[in-house]
Amino acid sequence: MGVRVGVLSLQGDVGEHVLAFERALAASSTGGRSPSVVPVRHAEQIPDLDALAIPGGESTTLSRLIERNGMYRPLAEFDGGVFATCAGMVLVATGAGDPRVRTLGLVEMRVERNAFGRQAESHEACLDVAGLAEPFRAVFIRAPVALDIGPGVEVLARVPRGIVAVREGRHMAFAFHPELAGDLRLHRLFLENLGV
Amino acid sequence: MKLEELRFGTELLKRGFASMQKGGVIMDVVNAEQARIAEEAGAVAVMALERVPADIRKVGGVARMADPERIVEIIDAVSIPVMAKCRIGHFVEAQVLEALGVDMIDESEVLTPADEQFHVDKTLFKVPFVCGARDLGEALRRIDEGAAMIRTKGEAGTGNVVEAVRHMRAIMGGIRALKGLSTQELIDRAREIGAPAELVVECARLGRLPVVNFSAGGIATPADAALMMQLGADGVFVGSGIFKSANPAGMARAIVEAVNHYDEPQFIAGVSRGLGEAMKGIDVHTLREEEVLQYRGR
Repeated sequence: MGVRVGVLSLQGDVGEHVLAFERALAASSTGGRSPSVVPVRHAEQIPDLDALAIPGGESTTLSRLIERNGMYRPLAEFDGGVFATCAGMVLVATGAGDPRVRTLGLVEMRVERNAFGRQAESHEACLDVAGLAEPFRAVFIRAPVALDIGPGVEVLARVPRGIVAVREGRHMAFAFHPELAGDLRLHRLFLENLGV
Repeated sequence: MKLEELRFGTELLKRGFASMQKGGVIMDVVNAEQARIAEEAGAVAVMALERVPADIRKVGGVARMADPERIVEIIDAVSIPVMAKCRIGHFVEAQVLEALGVDMIDESEVLTPADEQFHVDKTLFKVPFVCGARDLGEALRRIDEGAAMIRTKGEAGTGNVVEAVRHMRAIMGGIRALKGLSTQELIDRAREIGAPAELVVECARLGRLPVVNFSAGGIATPADAALMMQLGADGVFVGSGIFKSANPAGMARAIVEAVNHYDEPQFIAGVSRGLGEAMKGIDVHTLREEEVLQYRGR
C-alpha cells in the first residue's frame, strides 16, 4: 500500500507542494501506480494521512482558517509526518511570540515571524543542509527562524540569524521553500525519514 | 552559508511572494485601524491607500501615491504584507514605495496615469509588482515588463463585478484558445494580441499564466469573490467592498471564508447571512468614458 500524502489546502502555495510531492513519490515508487497527493480541505481527511505538507502562505490567515474549519485539534494530534515550510514552520512550532498566530505545538521550538524583515530582504541562499551532500538553493520569502529548540529537535540548517531547518521525529520544518526550488532532495529526505 | 552568495530581488523571489498570496484576500485599507480589522479577519495582505477607489471617484482631481506617513502607519500596525499603489509609469513613486518597505507595488489604473506611453520597468526593482489587465495580451505585456502578479482590472470603486468577470473570462478564454496551436500559430497569435511570443508559448505549455492571477475591481460580496474564484482566479483583491459596507469586519471575514470555500454553495450561503448592506455600487454603463478607469494603460 502506498503512502497517503496530503497538502493542507487552505491558503498559500498549495499547487507547488502537490506537484513537488507527486514528483518525489513518482521517483521513489518502484513501478505500478505512483501514489496520489490529496489536497486537504476538511478536518475529517487529516487522521487518514501518513504525511501532511503545511505550505507557505500567511501564518495569520492560515491560523484563522485552521480554527474556522475545525482543524486545530486534528492537526495538533496528527501522528503522521508533517512537512512544513515558511508559514507552515511558524504553525508547527510551540510558540511564535505573537497572539495573532495560534501554533500547533508539533515541533518543540520557538520561532520568530518575518525574522529577516520585509519582502526587500527576501533572498536566495546556497545552504548546507544536514543529510544532503551538496548545498540546497534555499528560497527565503519573508521567512521565519527558530530561536530556541527542544532537546528532541535536530538542527538541519542554520544561518547567522537563526535556525532555518529542523527535524523532530517524523516532522520536518523549513524556513525556506523547498517546493519552489525545483529540487526534490528535501522531499525525498522527508519520505525516507517516514520509511517510504 | 557564504554571505556573498545571497541573492535579492530575483524573479523566483518575486513570483514566489505572489504564490504565497494564493487562495487569499487582499484588502484596501486607509489607516492602521482598518488594517488591523483586515488582518484579524484573515486578509493575506493589505493595500495601503489614501482613499478607497469609491472615494477616489467621488473626490476627483489627480489621484497619486498615498502619503508615506499613512503607509508607514499601516506597515507598523500589521504583520501581514503591505502593498501600495503607484501611478502607471511613475517609477519614482515606485522607488519611494520600495524605500518605505512596501512588500509589493501595484502599478494601478486606479490612480491617475503619469505616463501614457510606458509602464514602469519593473525588472529594475527588488520588490515585486502586481499590474492590472483586461485580456491575455495586456497580462503578458505586463509580465514582460516584470510584473510578478496579474489582477483583472475590473472597474474599481463601482461595487459592480461585471467588468472583473469580463476580464477574467477574456484572460482564461485567451489561454484556452492557445490549446492545440502549433508553434507557428502561437507566434502568429502573439503578434495579434501584442504579446511577446515566448510568453504566449509558455502560457500554452502551462495552460495558465506564468504568474499568479488574482481578480480585482468591483468585488463587493462573498458570492462575488467566490464567483471570481470559480472563474479561475487564484485569489481576490477587495477594494471599496469592505470598508464601504455596513459591517466591514463581518464582510471582511465572510469574504475570506467564501474564498476558502468558493465551490461550496451551502457554505457561502451560511457566511453571507445577516451581513447587512453591501456597498451601494454604480452601474458601469452610467459612467462617462473619462470616468472608466480600466482604459488607463494598455
